Amino acid sequence: MITTTDLTKVYRSRGREVTALDGVDLHVREGEVYGVVGRSGAGKSTLIRCVNLLERPSSGTVTVAGQDLTALAGRGQRANAALRQARSRIGMVFQHFNLLSSRTVRDNIELPLEILGVSGKERTRKALELLDLVGLSAQAKAYPAQLSGGQKQRVGIARALAGDPKVLLSDEATSALDPETTRSILQLLRDLNRQLGLTVLLITHEMDVVKTICDSAALMKGGRVVESGTVSELLATPGSELAAELFPVGGEPSGPDRTVVDVTFHGEAATQPVISQLSRTYNIDISILGAAMDTVAGKQVGRMRIELPGRFEENVVPIGFLREQGLQVEVAAVADAVDSDGLQEAAGLAKDGAQ
Amino acid sequence: MSWSEMQPLLSDACLDTLFMVLWSTVWTVVVGLPLGVLLVLTGRGGLLQNVLVNKVIGAVVNIGRSIPFIILMVVLIPFTRFVVGTSIGPSAAVVALAVGGIPFFARLVETAVREVDHGLIEAVQSMGGGTWTLVLKVLLPQALPSIVAGLTTTVIALIGYSAIAGAIGAGGLGNLAIVYGYQRFETGLMVVTVIVLIVIVTLVQLIGDLVARRLAPRGTSRAQTPVRIRLPWSARTAQEATIAKP
Repeated sequence: MITTTDLTKVYRSRGREVTALDGVDLHVREGEVYGVVGRSGAGKSTLIRCVNLLERPSSGTVTVAGQDLTALAGRGQRANAALRQARSRIGMVFQHFNLLSSRTVRDNIELPLEILGVSGKERTRKALELLDLVGLSAQAKAYPAQLSGGQKQRVGIARALAGDPKVLLSDEATSALDPETTRSILQLLRDLNRQLGLTVLLITHEMDVVKTICDSAALMKGGRVVESGTVSELLATPGSELAAELFPVGGEPSGPDRTVVDVTFHGEAATQPVISQLSRTYNIDISILGAAMDTVAGKQVGRMRIELPGRFEENVVPIGFLREQGLQVEVAAVADAVDSDGLQEAAGLAKDGAQ
Repeated sequence: MSWSEMQPLLSDACLDTLFMVLWSTVWTVVVGLPLGVLLVLTGRGGLLQNVLVNKVIGAVVNIGRSIPFIILMVVLIPFTRFVVGTSIGPSAAVVALAVGGIPFFARLVETAVREVDHGLIEAVQSMGGGTWTLVLKVLLPQALPSIVAGLTTTVIALIGYSAIAGAIGAGGLGNLAIVYGYQRFETGLMVVTVIVLIVIVTLVQLIGDLVARRLAPRGTSRAQTPVRIRLPWSARTAQEATIAKP
């Protein structure tokens, strides 16, 4: 639904060049919720603004719903009629809502319809319908300043949907909201995604957002996408930074001659009580050093760091057992371990084994 | 000079002043408003960024603002004669007042429009809005309370200028104060004229504040602050008025 190919954006000011995007290839499938995460300055904001060409990419192409926007826009800096038409089919919501304080909630939602040239009666009908959809029917005549943050974002979402878009871009839509409001807004986005078949591309720095609603995710660093894929694909990727950030586990071994293992649960295997099976089958004591688990769509997903007694060589069989259960197992290379050489070797061995 | 003698002089002068201020305000808005908006649009990072146009308009505005009004009037005499056919009287003064008021107001409009949150521009661009849509539906409505406040300041400045214009034959209250009050030693008339000017300025400020308050976005803290009635002769009265209307 959204494809960017080799997208670059270079800002030039006073002879200095800053590369905000450095060859970004992104592919968002129709009907999915796609999250782009990264720290501030990683280029997320620039990326999402390049999708509807609020920022003109320095090179590369952007295709939304089969339409090559970069070709459509031509060379001029100002948005031509064709680009404006295409933009009206792409909804966008913002971190700071960006509602017009001079207009009522209903008039704010009518604004995109005014731009589309919809007649007055039809505008009102559509605006009230959208307000109903986001659960704000009672606030139609209120002004934005009279609403709470969550309500403002609901208005922002209703406004973004006014042009019946196929694609919704969300620029840190929940970053200015408290955790509870964030959840309700994410739930709304999820519902809209399911009900309307809306494709959502969102950028965020909150891993929770990705965990809660995203089907796929990409990690950006220094203007590049360093990892991307569906959330379960990412979890299945050994050494995935995004998976580690989504389900962070920590914990140091409690003493020498211990083997620390990171176990990733996803898919069918996650439904089995593997840890207790392991303990019973091999009669070993397992300590859990850290775990980040979540139930997504009724299945446990997450990662756990466990400690087995003895060195890696003594634990080859139990680790093999875990792998047999369809779990992804990595032997963690814990720094400052007493026998660090052995552990690193073991980690190397484990990676070879995984491949 | 008795009141019955003063009264016709005063009412004539008042009408002249109002005529001058009204028409010069109309021209100031008609020309100054687009000019102010254009200053923002053509500025750095503006929607119609154009360094040359921006520099030219900026320079013209700065020149207009830096020439003292009394000099400006004299300099403009040939132009005024060309436009209205005469260089004395209220009609002639309107030309000079408008030329003086336009750059003044344009800068105030520029400041007001520049204050509009860039996020709003981005939001409306993302809906497919073009430059006209942005100006008419975002920039002007959002900046309107500040623009009205700027207009109030401009009108008051124009009232002041019109009094200066009176000194060189434009008629109006300024002329009355100079010709009768000063040159014929009619101190009473001078005092009355000054009081009339104070009343007019106060009324304009009051109306301007009220309108700006009405236009301010509802539910914001700005809209909740009471109108401050600034009466020039008593700071205490103003405070009391503020407290009396919470």
